[in-house]
Amino acid sequence: MSRLVDVRLTVNGKACEGHCEPRTLLVDFLRENLGLTGTHAGCEHGVCGACTILYNGEAARSCIMLAVQADGSEIVTVEGIARDGKMHPLQQAFHEHHGLQCGFCTPGMLIAAMDFLQTNPSPSEEEVREGLSAVLCRCTGYQNIVAAVMAAAAQMQSERD
Amino acid sequence: MTQAKDERFVGQALPRREDARLLTGRGQFVADLNLPGMLHAAFVRSQVAHARIRSVDLSRAAAAPGVVLAMNGADVLQLLPPVPDTQLSLPRKWTAQVQHTFLNPQQPLLAHDKVRHVGEAVAVIVAESRYLAEDAAEMVTVDLEPLPPVVDAEQALAHGSPVLHEQYATNLIGEFEVAKGDVDAALARAPHRLKRRFHHHRYAAIPMECRGVASVYDARSDSISIWSSCQVVHWLRREAATILNLPEARIRCVALDVGGGFGVKGHVYPEELLIPFLARRVSRPVRWIEDRHEHFMAACHSRDQIHDVEVGFDDEARLLAFRDSFIADCGAWNPIGAGIAYNTAVHIPGPYKFDNFAVRARIVTTNKVPNAPYRGAGRPEASFAMERTIDLIAMELNRDPAKVRMTNLVPSAEMPYHLGIPYRDGEPIVYDSGDYPKALQSVLDAIGGVEAFRVRQREAREQGRYLGLGIGCYVEGTGVGPFESATVRIDPTGKIYVASGACPQGQGMETIFSQIVADTWKVNPNDVIMALADTSAISIGFGTIASRSTVTLSAAIHHASKPLREKVFAIAANILECAPEDLELRNGSVGIVGVPGNEVTLASVAKASRPGWDNARPPGMPAGLEETYYYEPPTVTWSYGTHAAIVDVDVKIGRINIQKYVIAHDCGVMVNPMLVEGQIHGGTVQGLGGALLEEISYDSDGQLLTGSFMDYLLPTASDVPHLELIHLHHPSPLNPLGVKGVGEGSAIAPPVVIANAVSDALAPFKVEFNTTPVKPEQIVRAAWSAARGE
Repeated sequence: MSRLVDVRLTVNGKACEGHCEPRTLLVDFLRENLGLTGTHAGCEHGVCGACTILYNGEAARSCIMLAVQADGSEIVTVEGIARDGKMHPLQQAFHEHHGLQCGFCTPGMLIAAMDFLQTNPSPSEEEVREGLSAVLCRCTGYQNIVAAVMAAAAQMQSERD
Repeated sequence: MTQAKDERFVGQALPRREDARLLTGRGQFVADLNLPGMLHAAFVRSQVAHARIRSVDLSRAAAAPGVVLAMNGADVLQLLPPVPDTQLSLPRKWTAQVQHTFLNPQQPLLAHDKVRHVGEAVAVIVAESRYLAEDAAEMVTVDLEPLPPVVDAEQALAHGSPVLHEQYATNLIGEFEVAKGDVDAALARAPHRLKRRFHHHRYAAIPMECRGVASVYDARSDSISIWSSCQVVHWLRREAATILNLPEARIRCVALDVGGGFGVKGHVYPEELLIPFLARRVSRPVRWIEDRHEHFMAACHSRDQIHDVEVGFDDEARLLAFRDSFIADCGAWNPIGAGIAYNTAVHIPGPYKFDNFAVRARIVTTNKVPNAPYRGAGRPEASFAMERTIDLIAMELNRDPAKVRMTNLVPSAEMPYHLGIPYRDGEPIVYDSGDYPKALQSVLDAIGGVEAFRVRQREAREQGRYLGLGIGCYVEGTGVGPFESATVRIDPTGKIYVASGACPQGQGMETIFSQIVADTWKVNPNDVIMALADTSAISIGFGTIASRSTVTLSAAIHHASKPLREKVFAIAANILECAPEDLELRNGSVGIVGVPGNEVTLASVAKASRPGWDNARPPGMPAGLEETYYYEPPTVTWSYGTHAAIVDVDVKIGRINIQKYVIAHDCGVMVNPMLVEGQIHGGTVQGLGGALLEEISYDSDGQLLTGSFMDYLLPTASDVPHLELIHLHHPSPLNPLGVKGVGEGSAIAPPVVIANAVSDALAPFKVEFNTTPVKPEQIVRAAWSAARGE
């Protein structure tokens, strides 16, 4: 066992600190050290996207990053996207449009959709499909996820207007 | 909460109760379970497909940092005598009717004499962290004497083939025949005959959550808890009782939130039994979470069948006789016995009416991961054989495939239709309700009609573009027995508590059963408490496999509620001083019919029913408000559907663009139409994945070539089309609610729909797609060959 190192980072707006082996994956650090088990590990080789988080504001896969790489960074996980106790428009839209079944990919899907809508606030269906293609879902066939993201985009747009 | 008097919740597209936790990161999957002092397990798995085990040396691993326990197969064998090979558990009614032979090799918890596929576990390490367990696993020295592998099922049947289970001296471990009419005579008489071979390839369920098990033993009470990402907690408890030599009452099995199952988590795996065994041995909680690489090489695969079909038909394209001899390659073990192959056999006739049918099935072991049911469970293979054959008949007679189907479908006037062969519960197959021609017609209408499509197809071909229309019809026996359980209890707060052996993995059972219970008890769905997938909530249960739970649990709730309601009315009548016949349920209360306001709440009735002083039960009535019912369905109820796709095939690069995909289906009464649609979307896309992208590959040495998501391609959002759904509604006459199963059906048709569509598109090249998956290189090769005039 190698010596432990300190990792300090901001997660969902809160300063967090933990000690881990240098080889510890960020996803394991979030889940095991910080107890934030909302972020899931679905493949541990950077393909399925279940572990997607916002890393300094951009979507990243926490299963192919080391915790030490994230030292000093700002991270947002699924636990941190609700606003003032109210679900984020994406969470609400996923609920209303049945955009989730087993819920395992959902945290990654929500974060990936947040990131996507930051860069493309009023996308077409095709653009949503392309934008979400980095996260695998095995239950929904994507149709209701796409509908939910389109609805959330419209809702977020109307909130901005 | 109250409810409008006559509001019904069944049929409403209510958003799900499960969502709140799953959308906010508060779901709890087995990997999220963090028990005090928990240890972590890692398995050492065979890197060779077929070998005799000389030794598995654990000495270095056992001394590695953080390791608490290391065991190999020989160690486990010493502690746990092997389970003898037993007969498959098959219903007597079935065995009496179907000629069959089955051998049933039992997989040990860890391999000790031989390894039979890459990925079979030979040792397990338990350590303070998963990292340390995996470090130590790499230090295990496995000494193997390689044996020649066999990865092809036909070669496995050949004389002189290596044999996996040497005690049998054969790889043929299952065989049966089912028939009706006289196929030989009918084929001999038929004006037209054709023969083809179809191959449905190997692919797998691949839920986004891999398998996982955690367990803790409590020495004080000599009891154990097992949490598993599993579809069948009561089955797990039964097997754990044998392995652990504990009464079932001392074992609690729970499936927490489960990240998809689709069949692959529908039986008990060795790891699920070994982890609790180790937890008791080390007196600390132990958790094992399968990683994706491991999942590809150790969790069951599916499909992998070769069909040799001979069909006889007349000038009008009427089916006269159909013979199919198929081989199901089950991999190294056969955990589900006859299940998949028999499903295949009896679903081959599909929605068609013909008199002479014979099928012979052979189940063969090879040095590959064992197969288990995956959504569809043998039916996509059946549908592929029949529906490709229909298109080939159409081509032979130069008729439109849609018309050939219409000619042969069971007419709606002939429902219920007796097929003439038994289902796997031993009951005669009777298609109970539905309108098969209407399902076909409605998809043809939705694509704008066949004639209009043929015009577009001709015009496109003139411009060098290749459009194709593919159709696939299917039927599916759903809600199969033996049973499902329900305990219904009136909580002292007046809420309705329901416990059952059904185990959800994303279907939304908490929501749909709340809707059903809400209607049964005239309460709000939020006032229903569902306790599922926990053996401590109900002592006997079956679990969720084979499109059964909506059918079997809704009926169990219905039947448990009936006597309970009578008891509630008797107590309420006692309180209200009226006759029970004058009472009705309304808004969480019991009231006198036609007399608004004069009510007693269910909470008061529950209080009145309690044992002890000052109860308000009628004299002689036993205390408590709880009933349990085990629903044993008379037989299956038949869902059905038709899928149609229009594809645009780019022959230069082999790309298949699905322009339109239409689905007509009938699952009887829809409890929650939004969730039904979700099931259909999901199943269809899994079917399309199997048709186009997903493929488990092995090389001739039995090495797995697709061990990651880099090699095994799941469909992404941009790979799949928008799906158009048409709902038909023929309630099942076989259960109180009129429901039919909907979990699997949509995965049945897509592979053959795509094969038919691409074959249709490439008809000018005279090429047939009789194997799955349909690959770009096949398309490009067909176009090249045609261009070179081959």
